[in-house]
Amino acid sequence: MALEPGSPGPQSVEARPSAWGGLNALLDTPAKRWTAIVVLLAAMAAVPLLPFDSIPYVTVILTNALLFSIMALGLNIVVGYAGLLDLGYAAFFAVGAYTIGILTTTFGWNFWAAIPVAVCAAVIAGLIIGGPTLRLRSDYLAIVTLGFGEIVRIVARNLHITGGASGIIGIEQPWLFGWHIARPPDFYYVFLVLAIIGIVVSVRLSRSRLGRAWLYVRHDEDAAEAMGIDRVRVKLAAYVIGAIYGAVGGAFFAVNFTAISPQSFSFQQSTLFLMAVILGGMGKIPGVILGAFVVVLGPELLRDLGSFRYLVFAVGLLLVMLLRPSGIWPAGGKR
Amino acid sequence: MALLDLKGVSLGFAGNRVLQDVNFAVNAGAIASLIGPNGAGKTSLFNCITGFYRPQQGSIVFDGAETLRMKPFQVTRAGIARTFQNVRLFRQMSVLENVMSGQHCRSSAGAISAVLGLPSQRREEARIADVAGECLSFVGIDRSEWDRDATTLAYGHQRRVEIARALATQPKLLLLDEPAAGLTKSEKAELVTLITRIRDERRIAVLLIEHDTGLVMSISERVSVLDHGVMIAEGSAKEIQSNPKVIEAYLGSEDAEAALAL
Repeated sequence: MALEPGSPGPQSVEARPSAWGGLNALLDTPAKRWTAIVVLLAAMAAVPLLPFDSIPYVTVILTNALLFSIMALGLNIVVGYAGLLDLGYAAFFAVGAYTIGILTTTFGWNFWAAIPVAVCAAVIAGLIIGGPTLRLRSDYLAIVTLGFGEIVRIVARNLHITGGASGIIGIEQPWLFGWHIARPPDFYYVFLVLAIIGIVVSVRLSRSRLGRAWLYVRHDEDAAEAMGIDRVRVKLAAYVIGAIYGAVGGAFFAVNFTAISPQSFSFQQSTLFLMAVILGGMGKIPGVILGAFVVVLGPELLRDLGSFRYLVFAVGLLLVMLLRPSGIWPAGGKR
Repeated sequence: MALLDLKGVSLGFAGNRVLQDVNFAVNAGAIASLIGPNGAGKTSLFNCITGFYRPQQGSIVFDGAETLRMKPFQVTRAGIARTFQNVRLFRQMSVLENVMSGQHCRSSAGAISAVLGLPSQRREEARIADVAGECLSFVGIDRSEWDRDATTLAYGHQRRVEIARALATQPKLLLLDEPAAGLTKSEKAELVTLITRIRDERRIAVLLIEHDTGLVMSISERVSVLDHGVMIAEGSAKEIQSNPKVIEAYLGSEDAEAALAL
C-alpha cells in the first residue's frame, strides 16, 4: 500500500504526540522563546514586590527553590551530561558552606574574598575523589561519592574548627558596593542572578566541544575514546565543574542562613538534589530547574495535609517516574 | 619504512592465545586487507593496534612512534582512526554532531573559553563544524540529513557516517572493521569507490578486515591471512588466492562459502 501524499513517512522523527505538544507549538521560534524567557524573568523579579508577601513566605520558599535550581544545574552536568551517578553531591555544598563559615567567622575574611577559596577547595576535593575513581568504569563512582558525602558530614561534626554538631553560627551577611545583602528579598535577587549565571554557563558548556564530549562518553565510552577523547579527563572536567556549582551554592547558602550545621548536608540532601535532576529530566536545563521547583514547592503546597504531605508527595513522585521515566520535561528538542 | 609496523605481537586472555608472534606491516598510502576465518583474531589485532588491548609481547610502531603503551585516544591523536564491526554511532545526537566528535582531538578549547564565548573558541567551533561537514560531503551524505538523529538513518548511510567520523580525526591510517557487512550489492560497489577515493584523494592508508573476499581481492594491494592467531600468509591478492595454506584454513572452518569465493 502506497503512502498517501502528505502523510508522515516512516522516517520522520519529529512530531511525537505528547501533553507538551501545545507548549512546543507555542514556543516554536527563537523570538517566541525569548519572549517567554523575558516574561518569566519579569515575573520572577516582581515576586518580592508583591504586597501580600509581607511575611515574606513566598520569597523565602522561592529563594530555596532557586538554590535548588543552582544545585540541580551543577549536578545535571555530572549526572545528566557526563552520565556519572553522584550520590554525595551535598559534600561539595558542605565544602563551600564550611569554607565560607570558617574563613569569615574564625579568620574574619571578607565573604567575596573567601569565595575563590571555597571554589578552590571544591576543585581540590573533586580532583581527589574523581581523579582515582573516574578511571574505573560503571558505578564505582556512586559508591565512592556516597562514602565521600558521609565522610564530609561526619568530619564536619567531629572537628573543632567546624563547630562540631552545633556547627557555625553568626556568619556575617555580605555587603556589595554599599548594598547590605541581609533581608529575604536581597537574597532572593542574589540567588536569581546566580541561577541565571548557572543557566548561561550550562547552556554554553552544553553547546561546546567539552559539552559534546560529555555526551559522546555517556553514550559510548569506547567509540568516544576511538575518536580521540580522553574519557577520564572529560569526566573529571564534568565532576569538577559540578563541584564548583555545589560550592558556590553552599557559599551563598551559608550567608543566607548565617548558620550551618552538619544536618544541612545529609545524605537526604544529596538525594533531594539528585531527585530534582531525575524528576525534571536529566540533561535538559529547563527540566532540571522545573525538577528543583517541584522538589522544593511540592511539600510546601501540600502543607495543609500535615504529616501526610510527604506520603502524598512521594506517591506523586512515583507516579511521575512511572508515567514519564525520562522526566517531566519533554524528550528531544533542546538539550 | 612502513607506516605501521607490528613485530612479534602476542596477545592472550587467561591462558588463551589470541595472537601469536604476529608480524605485519602497512605502507603509507596502501590499501591492505586482513582476512581469516571467524575467530582468527582479526578484530583483536585491530584492538591491539588502536590501544584497546595491550599485547603481552611485541612492538607496534606507527609513524616512527611506539604505540604499544598508548591509550586508545592517544593512538587516535597519533593518526590511526577506526570504525567498529557493529556500527557504533552516538545515539540521540545529530549526524553532524557525531562526525564533529572526530575533531575533538584536533581542537583544544576548554570549559573557560566556552563559558566566556571567546573569539578563538567560536572560530574553533566553526572549524570543527566545517571539517565535519566536509567529511560528510566526501562520503556522500546529503546536507539534508546532517541534522537528523544519526541512528535513524538507513543502515548503509550509518556505515558511511561512521567512516566520515573516523575521517574527521584527520588520520594517516584508517582501519575499517568489516565495512561491507550488511550492505547491498550496489552499496558494496559504492564502498569500493569510497575506499579508493580515501586513499587517492586524501592520501590515507586503509587497512580493512572483510569477509567479502571478492571485495577484498578487488581493491587490496596486499592481503594478510590470520588463522588461529597466527599470520599464515601475506602477499598480493593473486598470491593469496593460490596459496594452499589459505584454502586449507578456510576449508577447515565453517567459512566454506568464503573458501569457494577464493
